[in-house]
Amino acid sequence: MKNRSHSLSGVHLKNAIEATDLRKSYGTVNALDGIDLSVEEGKILGVLGPNGAGKTTLVKILTTLTRPDSGRCIVAGYDVVAQARQVREKIGLTGQATAVQEELTGAENLEIMARLYHMPKRTAKSRALELLDRFDLLDAKDRAAKTYSGGMKRRLDLAASLVGSPSVLFLDEPTTGLDPRARIGMWKVIENLVGGGTTLLLTTQYLDEADELADEIIVFDKGKIIAKGTSDELKRSVGGDVLNVQVAEEEDLAEVSRVLETLASTSANVSNEELIVRIGVGSRGSSALAEALRELDRLEISVADISIRRPSLDDVFLQLTGHSTAEGPGTSSSKRTKLKRGEANES
Amino acid sequence: MRASPISEAVNDAIVIAKRDLLVWLRVPAFIFFSIIQPVMFVLLFRYVFGGAINVPNPGGYVDFLMPGIIAQSAAFASFGTAIGLAKEIQLGVVDRFRSMPMARSAVINGRLLADTLRIAITTVVILLVGFLVGFRFHDSIVQAIAMVALAIVFGVVITIVSAYCGIALKNEESVQSFGLVWLFPLTFVSSAFVPVQSMPGWMQAFANNQPVTIVVDAMRNLALGAPSGHDLLLSTAWLIGIAAVFAPLAVRSFSKIS
Repeated sequence: MKNRSHSLSGVHLKNAIEATDLRKSYGTVNALDGIDLSVEEGKILGVLGPNGAGKTTLVKILTTLTRPDSGRCIVAGYDVVAQARQVREKIGLTGQATAVQEELTGAENLEIMARLYHMPKRTAKSRALELLDRFDLLDAKDRAAKTYSGGMKRRLDLAASLVGSPSVLFLDEPTTGLDPRARIGMWKVIENLVGGGTTLLLTTQYLDEADELADEIIVFDKGKIIAKGTSDELKRSVGGDVLNVQVAEEEDLAEVSRVLETLASTSANVSNEELIVRIGVGSRGSSALAEALRELDRLEISVADISIRRPSLDDVFLQLTGHSTAEGPGTSSSKRTKLKRGEANES
Repeated sequence: MRASPISEAVNDAIVIAKRDLLVWLRVPAFIFFSIIQPVMFVLLFRYVFGGAINVPNPGGYVDFLMPGIIAQSAAFASFGTAIGLAKEIQLGVVDRFRSMPMARSAVINGRLLADTLRIAITTVVILLVGFLVGFRFHDSIVQAIAMVALAIVFGVVITIVSAYCGIALKNEESVQSFGLVWLFPLTFVSSAFVPVQSMPGWMQAFANNQPVTIVVDAMRNLALGAPSGHDLLLSTAWLIGIAAVFAPLAVRSFSKIS
């Protein structure tokens, strides 16, 4: 590895994925328009973007399925073009490309994968059982995969991508099409994977998914990276946190907004119908919350609800691109994000 | 440690072939399509249409029919190949295999291997049913084996053409309809079921000079103990020619996926 980055503790961490100026076009469409990225070993990179942003093209290049027009790309220490074979020894791929043959049982599916990784028959059998156990599919091992639920099929597919013990795993939209419960199940499975030291690149259209899983997020739009950072950094870049105070009595509204304005340099926004005062507090959300509580308590103003709303990744995307991640209003992903925001407010 | 590329290619093709055969055995519709349907064809032509079809050869219509129906079944078996490949490309199974440290050729070779076995099984089943309804070879065991071998080679060559269609079209439904467009005329406007002389003149011109008639005539001559050298030579030339055109096409469009 040429490039090494340093963690805070001074330990050398290698980059498991490193891409420099990747370009790929199909006809006149620039699917990838100069992409630079790196992922440290054992970290999760979330690649966030709407359909057609170039996420799948990126995954195809990193997994040796497609050659870039130009640019260089190192995965697990090997060049994806010149050393494609070595890269394939080190990676796993799952998501939009499924390996599951639905007519075969879970055990047969995994055994076949293991045989294709050139394991002897007995090793293949035990490897299959081990993975079925790990992904909670042992009871269903002798049933045809077509009888599995959506979530079980994804877990089987994920298990199949781990047969060769990859050090870098690519998950291309791993929860697209799953119901909310199955998605959360998948998230748990994915979190456990990284606990085992696997580096992960995850593409998703779901903001909450990137928020939940990724150490670092890059936001893709029209073949370009338009933002990168941790979930918190991205949210901060949009503007700050918003402090909401809901009072019990309407006559307290004016007093509350006066108090809040002494805490922040901006003016408060008062909603008479909701009995809520909102104010932007920049990046000092939690300390502003504590100060506000202390001050309101001292003035003996009764507060019905007080919360900090952090901007969601949805806000980030809207701010950066001028359009939402969802294709239209009311699609499942935007609903889900709103739902999550609502839950966060209550807590 | 890495095995030699050739032994790896063979190993991987065998694993894929086993997988494809296992799937075939699991799906009743596949079994029906490749075994029951040809048997129904034998009975239909032997007892329903056969009485109305006059043939010049010794042994009557059943001895005329069997080589034709074996060739037709072998050709139709290739539908499964095309549909299977198209489906796996569509689902991303092929992409998945291509991201693994295995021989890329195995996806095609494994399927061809499985289909060769499938065609051989179908052929044997049809022959057994043929014997039950009165079919007999008129010459020695050597000619009989040669006929079966020619049927299987013919099936494999047609399967290569179908594989190309499946890879190029990448869509189950279009593969199915396109398959009918070329396989139906080729197998039915041939000497497989009726003597070509009974067709209108313009149709005879096509029927007499297309590969299915040539292969079926060679098979029939082998079964009936008639001189078969000329037809065999011509069949071999056709089959090599078709394979030489379509195998590289299939490989090329396969390597262009994604």
